[in-house]
Amino acid sequence: MKNRFKVLRAERDWTQADLAERLDVSRQTINAIEKGKFDPSLTLAFKAARLFEMRIEEIFQDEAE
Amino acid sequence: MSNSERCSGNRQKRVKEATVRLGIWTFAWLISLALATFGPLFIWDSHKLITIIAILINLIFGIGVIIANKNHLAELDELQQKITLNAMAITLGVGLIAGLSYSLLDVTNIVSFDAEISHLVTIMGLTYAISTFVGHRKYS
Repeated sequence: MKNRFKVLRAERDWTQADLAERLDVSRQTINAIEKGKFDPSLTLAFKAARLFEMRIEEIFQDEAE
Repeated sequence: MSNSERCSGNRQKRVKEATVRLGIWTFAWLISLALATFGPLFIWDSHKLITIIAILINLIFGIGVIIANKNHLAELDELQQKITLNAMAITLGVGLIAGLSYSLLDVTNIVSFDAEISHLVTIMGLTYAISTFVGHRKYS
């Protein structure tokens, strides 16, 4: 699953640690999500959507699409 | 500071506290294990009641380790939980398979020595450490 974490984070001038703090996860988790190595749970995806004030499908895209 | 930042600060603090609690319980359990193992030989001259009490204390500390480990796991975030649970699953599998094979070697007299539980514990410990290391590398 592709995601726009890195772009959205950069737009807000946040570091991975900043985003990790805001989503209440470790920096390793943010790094793994950005690199596409780890797909977050639905709970974390909703949390990210609330944080970025976007819809989930605007942040995450199925790679088959 | 935002609510999420405060929450995150609490999470890191909670993980640290859970890790310290797990370390304390594990240390206490190891000490009680050593006491129950060597106490009858070197301290209380195989007194049965004291040995039973020492084993019970070891068991109680062991239950404490299990609860502390479960609480520690609950404080980790979802990726850390995934890495830890994968390592635990591999360790359980290796422990069961290797343990039974090792036991069979002993029962069938393929090996001349007795199968020791400590060998199995060592293999499980190494498996867990390697699996955790590989898991962290995979997602870094």
